[in-house]
Amino acid sequence: MQPSHATVSLLVYPRQVARPTAGPAVAAQSLVKTYGPTRALDGVDLEIAAGTVFGLLGPNGAGKTTTVRILTTLLRPTYGRAWVAGRDVLAEPEAVRRRIGLSGQYAAVDENLTGRENLYLVGRLYGMSRSDATDRAGELLGRFRLIEEADRPSRTYSGGTRRRLDLAGALVASPPVVVLDEPTTGLDPRGRADTWEAIGELVGDGTTVLLTTQYLEEADQLASMIAVIDRGRVIAHGSAAELKARLGGERLELAVDASRDLPLAARVLAEVGTGAPVLDDRLGRASVVVEHGAGALVAALRRLEWHGVAVHDVGLHRPTLDDVFLALTGQSAHHEPERRLGRGRHRMSRSMR
Amino acid sequence: MSTSEIAANGRGRLPRAGERYRPDPADLAGDLTAPLPGVAGVPLDTAVPAGFAPGASGPLKILRDAGLVIWRNVVTMRRMPDTLVTAMVQPLMFVLLFAYVFAGSLGGASYREFLLAGICVQTVTFHAAFTTVGMANDLHKGIIERFRSLPISRLAVILGRTCSDLVLNALSLAVVSVLGLLVGWRIHGSPLDAVTAYLLLLAFAFALSWVGALIGLVVRSVEVAQAVGLLWLFPLTFVSSAFVSAQNMPGPLRAFAEWNPVTAVADAARKLFGNPIPPSLPQPEGWPAQHAVSYAALCSVLIVVTFMPLAAARYRTVCSR
Repeated sequence: MQPSHATVSLLVYPRQVARPTAGPAVAAQSLVKTYGPTRALDGVDLEIAAGTVFGLLGPNGAGKTTTVRILTTLLRPTYGRAWVAGRDVLAEPEAVRRRIGLSGQYAAVDENLTGRENLYLVGRLYGMSRSDATDRAGELLGRFRLIEEADRPSRTYSGGTRRRLDLAGALVASPPVVVLDEPTTGLDPRGRADTWEAIGELVGDGTTVLLTTQYLEEADQLASMIAVIDRGRVIAHGSAAELKARLGGERLELAVDASRDLPLAARVLAEVGTGAPVLDDRLGRASVVVEHGAGALVAALRRLEWHGVAVHDVGLHRPTLDDVFLALTGQSAHHEPERRLGRGRHRMSRSMR
Repeated sequence: MSTSEIAANGRGRLPRAGERYRPDPADLAGDLTAPLPGVAGVPLDTAVPAGFAPGASGPLKILRDAGLVIWRNVVTMRRMPDTLVTAMVQPLMFVLLFAYVFAGSLGGASYREFLLAGICVQTVTFHAAFTTVGMANDLHKGIIERFRSLPISRLAVILGRTCSDLVLNALSLAVVSVLGLLVGWRIHGSPLDAVTAYLLLLAFAFALSWVGALIGLVVRSVEVAQAVGLLWLFPLTFVSSAFVSAQNMPGPLRAFAEWNPVTAVADAARKLFGNPIPPSLPQPEGWPAQHAVSYAALCSVLIVVTFMPLAAARYRTVCSR
């Protein structure tokens, strides 16, 4: 490919490409970002339908923020393409910026400006007139319960209030696509509830929302589609229900006397379930994936009673997204720090030997 | 369409490490109705919400955005007056220090008249550090990140900063001048020359502000900005004729001092204010001294022309790390 040719094409691109009014609000194709030998992103594909909330779920360092920064034109990918609100992120970054609102991981409010001035400034920078920006700032301050603090410098705000202001800043221009990078990290339960409510309202208005989160329940609550990202790759993609279905439905769990009854319990579970039962010899627990939860439960209990097995505990367990993560990556999303601690301890014990 | 389908429709080849994205011309030009490659149904185009300015990115948009950044910086200065107070107290201190501690040994009243232009240059030079710290502050507190995600002209953020620091410089020069009048400094030249002198000082202040902005965008933290932002200004200010004569310095320092823009601005301001060199100091020599006004103006222009694009380029890459 001739580089000069590519440059010429870039220049004529905005006028030449037709833009029908249907399709995803955000599309990303094979996004790769390398920092030296490290691959922060290793080929991420995304597609977000207009008017939906899309959750990008993953542990720290999975590549969530890198993806967000590429989609919001803050970072150029090493390779790959992306479109936001119908505009090419690389070819028309200005046009993309006019159509998105971003609330970053760290509340980027101007500490010395009041809440009202912060929102006014953002509105003006989007190109609003003085009066429009003033009206819009007032409206958002009301909606995010910031009226009381509105005219105090935002450096006096609490962390949660600051996040709310930052979120309001992302919505000033009523952009068709709103990107929220970990919108509830570091918020108290009330702040989180407020943020969730605001996100819910956005979808009511037809806004497309891309949110990143480490909280499985948050993605489950808010997002209609979820992409699970780990080590720079999308490892699973679908609705919360679809992801849960990957585990094959519900799980039937039993607790019996470990030494005497476990082999028998395992045989019964193999009969009522689909796939091999999972056993815990030490605790005497056995579980299996079942298709029709209640029916399988009754069948298993009847057979166990007939065999004379004493059941200490029994339950149907609906898979959580944490289970999904465990199944997909072989590690829990939540246990990152503990793993590190474990490795450290291991190293220490070896050096002491 | 599923992600695997997107991947299948894509180029199907992952790049090697370090490979840059280059759009395929075939993707970008050509058939008006053809869907974008790899994305069925073509991404939705959304109109810019009503009531918004069209996507002008010309000089007018830059000035409008810079105006907003200036407004924001001035509000900040009013709320956090420590910068303002420092900017006023620092030259005040230097005037008193030089006028009463050094002047006695260097020529008394005539040195005080000589001194003032030097203090003026020293003041605007040191103020470049405010630009450095201001820029680093915005960068490391995430304000620039927020600005960058907004449809704001990229140059506007730095231009706004250098312009609002120009306001700070003008205020400081006013303080120095009033104080100068109190310690015996007078303007002997024509009013037009005096105005030219102040314009020259402000132009130099503006130019150095761009150097300060670049440093602010390069350093890794606000603390480093505070240290480094001032460091380079000491040799620049003191190896010059701002306070003493360049002629009494040893060889290499003398050459540096003679061509130092600070010397040129100080000499030019003295010439325009009509403040003579005291008999205790040797007369300035050399081409820059003889053409002080035009050399000083030239230096300011060259500094702006050099550092404006450098700062703008740095701004573009600084958040993409």
